[in-house]
Amino acid sequence: MADRKLSIFVEEICRVEGHGNIVLNASNGKIEELWLEITESPRFFEAMMLGRRWDEATHISCRICGICSIAHTTTSVRAIEDAFGIEPSEQTLALRKIAYYGEMIQSHVLHFYYLAAPDFLGVPSVFPLVQSHPEEVKRALRLKRLGNDLCKAIVGRHIHPCAYLPKCMPKLPDPKALEDMHRRCVAAREDLAAAVDLFATVKLPDFQREGEALASWHPDEYGMYECQAIKSTQGDLTERRDYRQKIHEYVVPHSHAKHAETEQGAYMVGALARYRCNKEQLHPAALAVADRLQLDSYLFNPYAITLAQVVETVHSVEEAIRYLEWTLGRELEWEDWGVKPRAGRGVGVDEAPRGLLIHDYTFDDDGKLTAVNCIIPTNQNLNNIERDFHALVPQIIDRPDAEIQLLLEMLVRAYDPCISCATHLLRVEIKR
Amino acid sequence: MAKPTAAVFSFTGCEGCSLAILECEKELLDVVKLVDFVEWREAMSERTEAMIDLGFIDGAISTHHDEKKIRQVRERVRMLISIGACATNAGVNALKHRYGLREVKEIVYGEAGAEFDTISARPVHAVVPVEFEIPGCPIQGEEFLRIVLDIVQGKQPRLPNYPVCVECKRKENVCVFEKGMICMGPVARAGCGADCPSYGAWCEACRGFVDNPNDEAHEEVLTKYGVTSEELLQRYDIFCAYELEERKSRQQGQR
Repeated sequence: MADRKLSIFVEEICRVEGHGNIVLNASNGKIEELWLEITESPRFFEAMMLGRRWDEATHISCRICGICSIAHTTTSVRAIEDAFGIEPSEQTLALRKIAYYGEMIQSHVLHFYYLAAPDFLGVPSVFPLVQSHPEEVKRALRLKRLGNDLCKAIVGRHIHPCAYLPKCMPKLPDPKALEDMHRRCVAAREDLAAAVDLFATVKLPDFQREGEALASWHPDEYGMYECQAIKSTQGDLTERRDYRQKIHEYVVPHSHAKHAETEQGAYMVGALARYRCNKEQLHPAALAVADRLQLDSYLFNPYAITLAQVVETVHSVEEAIRYLEWTLGRELEWEDWGVKPRAGRGVGVDEAPRGLLIHDYTFDDDGKLTAVNCIIPTNQNLNNIERDFHALVPQIIDRPDAEIQLLLEMLVRAYDPCISCATHLLRVEIKR
Repeated sequence: MAKPTAAVFSFTGCEGCSLAILECEKELLDVVKLVDFVEWREAMSERTEAMIDLGFIDGAISTHHDEKKIRQVRERVRMLISIGACATNAGVNALKHRYGLREVKEIVYGEAGAEFDTISARPVHAVVPVEFEIPGCPIQGEEFLRIVLDIVQGKQPRLPNYPVCVECKRKENVCVFEKGMICMGPVARAGCGADCPSYGAWCEACRGFVDNPNDEAHEEVLTKYGVTSEELLQRYDIFCAYELEERKSRQQGQR
């Protein structure tokens, strides 16, 4: 293949949230340019929030993302509580977790069924599946709706929740709605089993690259909500407030989204990263699914992130059932709102569906923001995606352009990037 | 009449409103019966060269790139429909205007931000003609479906022009002012079913204001709690910063 010029430019990669391009230029088998270009308009949330009152902070910051707005809300509220010295009650935490796992379910289902499955089923989008796979589509819709309705029952809605405030719930949920959600979560086990059957037949592209992964850590449960420390596959734990000692953010010219690294370089966050860090704390039903999907043989294959999401969806449904049962087993108590702001810094760390999420706020005496830093999962993954590109392309460079392009697009999609969050797209030019 | 074609195009925003269309789970199958989606980057790989009947826009126009792209999209669609707060009144994006554009770039990206493309955030209608606007952060799925149905049937869709208080009273909620909080309900455009007050929070006017807040505000609540509509307009500018800028320049123009 003498003098093959490969030039792939995927403009506005589809079936991801936000705008990004893949650029690949190679000449005679040598890569000249290869990156993920993020062209999403920069939105400047960290500046927009400066000077705002504490009770506006969450409602502005959750608009960073429509898909994971409950995760942003959760982390924002925890940053405020950390700054003001508020410890929410066990009841408040249980109710929040029902909404939190609801979002995890809806986001994962959106990704593995609507956005990733078309690649595995050889169609360009979910719409042709309405005709060809009606039962799968109905199942996907039911599962996704379950996630949304869990959010709705607790905080009003899933996209930009109405009523998720620091300290306590502004309204207690209707016990009948909770009973109904419990019944539907139990029934969802059957739909999930069918989803697992579908994904057990999927053949992942053959690719591996070892690297560090980071995830939230909690002593008593699979690290998602209420992060106590940031855990690395290198074995170290970093205190929440000291995240800057572990994670370094920087700006690169081809991207409106900041990149991130640790001392080891690029690292991964998200479902597979969480699995690698904390798998022994998963619910046994989720562990059984991981076994069935042979996830342990794909720990370094980023295409397996989608499978890890299937595993985590099983875990999330079981956790939602557990917290619903806790809630249904008692008389819910009304708690007085009344938040007293004070000057100081607060840091919230949680897992968004796409990975580690950090909100770091500093308030003045009046409860107005004087400093804001948000570290978003997709920003952290961008560097890792580009490292994957550089490892993958030499292995596939002799294949036809269309195949190279699809494998690169699928790789980006596997990370389930949320480019609005990270504020970035994919352009591939291959000159061989 | 043949089934109309539809496309969704995203600009500066969180894409929550495109997601809200996918969120109409039960009804998604009904939407697909009403229109054929031919282009939608967030959800599908397909793209089209043909003229599109209905173009839904989410996101504000906040870069030179956005501006160029919305003019191209306008050429490709028969009816342009803005969906959500960002597309209809610039949404939270206009909050950056309180600082200089150079300053916000530096705050977020440091020196490296100087080259980034950003301009004042504007709603779609400030750049190209728009046939209809569906407000909200996010849009309401049911309202979206009703409006699409109207359009497909050749009817002129309408938005409520009364305040959120009306819907809130209908739900028999305790008034938010009664709880000692401030609420935009008396001046905010209804159509959301007063969701936020119903779940124990307050209204932040994510659907913008009624057409003439001075005449159409919910007087009873304003009088009872001693607030004026002008005071309220200034209270929460999270979603209405652009609308307030426009009002201000109109008022200055009248003087």
